[in-house]
Amino acid sequence: MSDDLLNSDLGGVFDGLAGGGDSSQWAFGTGFEDPLAGVDTTVPDGVAGADLAAYCLMLGDDALVMSQRLSEWCSRAPDLEEDIALANTALDLLGQARLLLTRAAAADPGAVPALPEGSPVPGEDALAFFREAGEFRNVRLAEVPNGDFAHVVVRLLLFSVARLALLERLRASTDGVLAAVAAKGAKEVTYHRDWAGRWFLTLAQGTEESRRRLLAALDALWPLQSEMVTAHPLETSLAEAGVGVDPASVRGEVDAVLDQVLAVSGVDRPDRAPLAGIGGRTGRDGMHTEALSRMLAEMQVVARAHPGGRW
Amino acid sequence: MTTTPADPAPPDAAQERFDATIARGDRIEPRDWMPDGYRRTLVRQIAQHAHSEIIGMQPEGNWIGRAPSLRRKAILLAKVQDEAGHGLYLYSACETLGVSRAELTEMLLSGRQKYSSIFNYPTLSYADVGTIGWLVDGAAICNQVPLCRTSYGPYGRAMIRICKEESFHQRQGYELLMTMTRGTDGQRAMVQESVDRFWWPSLMMFGPPDAESPNSARSMAWGVKRNSNDELRQKFVDMTVPQADALGVTLPDPDLRWNEERGHYDFGEPDWTELAEVIRGNGPCNEQRMAHRRAAHDDGAWVREAATAFAERSAARAREEAR
Repeated sequence: MSDDLLNSDLGGVFDGLAGGGDSSQWAFGTGFEDPLAGVDTTVPDGVAGADLAAYCLMLGDDALVMSQRLSEWCSRAPDLEEDIALANTALDLLGQARLLLTRAAAADPGAVPALPEGSPVPGEDALAFFREAGEFRNVRLAEVPNGDFAHVVVRLLLFSVARLALLERLRASTDGVLAAVAAKGAKEVTYHRDWAGRWFLTLAQGTEESRRRLLAALDALWPLQSEMVTAHPLETSLAEAGVGVDPASVRGEVDAVLDQVLAVSGVDRPDRAPLAGIGGRTGRDGMHTEALSRMLAEMQVVARAHPGGRW
Repeated sequence: MTTTPADPAPPDAAQERFDATIARGDRIEPRDWMPDGYRRTLVRQIAQHAHSEIIGMQPEGNWIGRAPSLRRKAILLAKVQDEAGHGLYLYSACETLGVSRAELTEMLLSGRQKYSSIFNYPTLSYADVGTIGWLVDGAAICNQVPLCRTSYGPYGRAMIRICKEESFHQRQGYELLMTMTRGTDGQRAMVQESVDRFWWPSLMMFGPPDAESPNSARSMAWGVKRNSNDELRQKFVDMTVPQADALGVTLPDPDLRWNEERGHYDFGEPDWTELAEVIRGNGPCNEQRMAHRRAAHDDGAWVREAATAFAERSAARAREEAR
């Protein structure tokens, strides 16, 4: 083989090494640009910036924490197709989290943890990596540790049915960013819900073992479901202002979808009471399970070791 | 291998046609007659490549949970997902030669087929994510770009797509290192330490020196392999040195210098005993990588069984209803 031929083969591949090139075919949010570039980030009238930020953190932390748990499945799924599907879901939710955390940082700079002067860490990362567990606003369903494949199917089903109903209504938000995130997110979460629903049915009707595992996962996770459709006072007030959605208002719709999946699969609705909070406080108030701080210890370790780091 | 398509023509005429196709530089396609040795060589090479993609998910996957920015987390997760995708196309290319994905998986798990030795090295810092992109993916591209013109059609076509994605990964890896070197002293030290660790193993990715590479000559005659190990290794060094300079890192080789006469860089000898040990199974992570893969496969067995049972039941029900 002549050297010239080798050179021409390799030529184009390396031309773009240090920059340039079209990256539009790659996963959303992996590009080198500001995720909210060009979007109007003015806080709508009648809403305090701090309230809007806290609301964005609720939706954003749900996505971020769920994404972190889903990404733990990477290279561990039962088959390559499922590995890819789970990574894809984790990427979609990570993309939603990035927009929402960036929105929170813009709406209320005071909500962003303080870093050493001159630190180049952007707002979304300061929020993701430098908050303590008690400052996270996600529902506890998103944070509990992974179990077997039935566990991830059930968790994703419960999560995505409720999130989809919420995002469908959030498309009408008077906040341009939230409306845009909701429109994009609803398409993604529709796919997540369908994937989880198909696997729920498959495991329910597959083998005795798959059914036993599915029922065990459903029983374990069901007490965490209602938190997704219970309103926090902040959600209620932002819904009244036309910015947010009251999750209690989608409860009926969520129940109907879940009942349908359960009926098709021949599975009874679990008879389990919702998981109690502490003094009435749950995930949305920053009251979490033991699992969250452990998960965050892993997630935040590199970022915290380099508070002035550039990544 | 379970199914070998029946020979459609008398071997002599078929062999002549095969030889002529190779001589013209045209592609062999799945339904064409091919010598058994050619088929076996391809299965071995494509399977090894597919297994490398799948095992290669682990060293980088090790850092997804700890990626230090959300953007880097997205980039890394998407990259590891691409590797799973590459594994899928390559297993599919291999299936056109009459071997199923389940059989190939079994050969990986039983150790009868290998994967690239580079993945038996650990990832010890976040800089390794960048270094793997720059050096390991860079070396892989040098090996793989010529394979886009390999004589077996399905393999060549899979490689075209894979090379495009790999070059994007390499760019992202290099960009991570470039960004880190513009950060703190601690980050620059992390980058240098990572490059020190991965430089020699990256050079070993091209395989042993030509004189000691037993399968090379035949693979080159068949047009399965298109450049010698040493040619590709030289190409990689020549390409990488200026990139290292731009990055401001030192490559850990005191013998590395430009040779005006040859028009290439001279470089030192990799530690071939280390490569032999890693291939023999004594590398830092051989057992860990295989144990992880086996655990994922075993933990997923009940799911695959459930999916099969469900599909059979659905098909039976459909037949029942059609009656």
